[in-house]
Amino acid sequence: MRSAREPRPRSVSRFQSPPSLRPAMLIRRPDPIPSSEITSETTYLNRRQFMGAAGALALAGVATPAVLEAARGPLGRGGAGQQEELTSEADATSYNNFYEFGTGKDDPKRNAGTLRPRPWSVQVDGLVKAPRRWDLDELLRGLAVGDHVYRHRCVEAWSMVIPWRGVLLRDVLNRVEPLPSAKFVEFTTLLDPSQMPGQRSPVLRWPYKEALRLDEARHPLALLATGMYGKTIPNQNGAPLRLVVPWKYGFKGIKSIVRIRLTDTMPNTTWNDAIPSEYGFYANVNPTVDHPRWSQAKERRIGEFLRRNTLMFNGYADQVGSLYAGMDLRKFY
Amino acid sequence: MSSNARGGQTLRRLAPWLVWAAALGPLPWLVWLGVSGGLGANPIESLEHRTGHYALRLLIASLAITPLRRVSGWGWVVPHRRTLGLAAFAWATTHLLVYVGLDLVLDVGQFLEDLVKRTYITLGMLAVTLLLPLAVTSTKGWIKRLGGARWNRLHRLVYVAVVAALVHITWAVKKDLTWPVIYIAIVVVLFALRWRPRGASETVRTA
Repeated sequence: MRSAREPRPRSVSRFQSPPSLRPAMLIRRPDPIPSSEITSETTYLNRRQFMGAAGALALAGVATPAVLEAARGPLGRGGAGQQEELTSEADATSYNNFYEFGTGKDDPKRNAGTLRPRPWSVQVDGLVKAPRRWDLDELLRGLAVGDHVYRHRCVEAWSMVIPWRGVLLRDVLNRVEPLPSAKFVEFTTLLDPSQMPGQRSPVLRWPYKEALRLDEARHPLALLATGMYGKTIPNQNGAPLRLVVPWKYGFKGIKSIVRIRLTDTMPNTTWNDAIPSEYGFYANVNPTVDHPRWSQAKERRIGEFLRRNTLMFNGYADQVGSLYAGMDLRKFY
Repeated sequence: MSSNARGGQTLRRLAPWLVWAAALGPLPWLVWLGVSGGLGANPIESLEHRTGHYALRLLIASLAITPLRRVSGWGWVVPHRRTLGLAAFAWATTHLLVYVGLDLVLDVGQFLEDLVKRTYITLGMLAVTLLLPLAVTSTKGWIKRLGGARWNRLHRLVYVAVVAALVHITWAVKKDLTWPVIYIAIVVVLFALRWRPRGASETVRTA
């Protein structure tokens, strides 16, 4: 949300279910888990204080378990208690896939200056109680804005750790009131070649579209981000509103959203349309299902030299595994 | 011929410099980018892409020599073909070393899996492998030892190598085919110039 004008975040949310719930979650059907059960908001740390504390500890070469835990935050299991550092802001804002501004990784930063993120409106239609066009600020007004540190795993086998700021997608869905018949939510990126020069090239079919099953969309890890690194989200990262679904490959995180449509049939999605054998609708991070042209078992964390192992559901298996209980993830890749 | 010969004089004097600049220029440029942080957030990927493009461009440049001689009648361009070909081999080898050494960090298992399971890697490897005997036999001694005809036949492997490399890059890119299409178009033109119908003059002049 208008981060420049928005008060600083109230809390660092931590998505860690109590251990007693975990086994149950794995076999539960994908009905939404109440936030009271999954979101523990015991950590009220101002992000800056937390960063400062973490930095000081790093300098001193010591770390208390409590601070490490806080630093890990919603990253959850980082693998053998090893702390995962934030990707540098410079890298996260200069190495982007945003074909609307060019296909090179450095193109979006160079070319995204033409995007005008305000005023911005979002058409909400399909199977909702009252289809209408919302001004973005109005759509988000009053919703809880939180900071969420998530792993970001690109389908190209690189990854980052990014501190997002935004609202829960489900809070937005609650506001627009999907009808009971709605099963999927589809997102559409702005279509305007004058603002997005990459759309003059037919490299993908514009506008970019992405979609989630409604139960996925209502998962408390799913965000609509309006900021990152404590600031308003830069144009090249999907200003003013982008989807963040950290257990899925990055291309699901559609940027510069102008339309949210609820539907009862599985929508077409851009990369799935382009190369269906390589990019599925689900696109859950899965080290055991290779991309046809490369292995997904490992990933290069930006800023690191050695590849690290890719985690099931990008490390969020405890939280989201139940959404896919009984599904053949090799078939529904 | 005479105007071409005169027109070629300047180029002829500059040629060794141009060829060496094309062959080795990318090296200090890469070093500078590496030192200055110019390789971006994913330097290994950047090195992989850059070395691959250099290798293919030099290979294409070496394939342009014969058509250039035919079109211009400049016999003196021919010796530069070897420099360009050797440089292509050197960059292709660097490309392979970056992939195996830096990207996979000598993970032999992963390398073998890629080689077997992913055809574009197989083809890239094939291209580098085919260039090896050509590089080895590029010396005057080897030309003598093999004899012109046999040497020529052996060096036709370069056509297989360039086609393998073109398929490799076309397959490797995610979606944007701009560069592969440019490379393929150039190679098609070069092949067309090379395989003119029998009986056509060896030294056709352009306007």
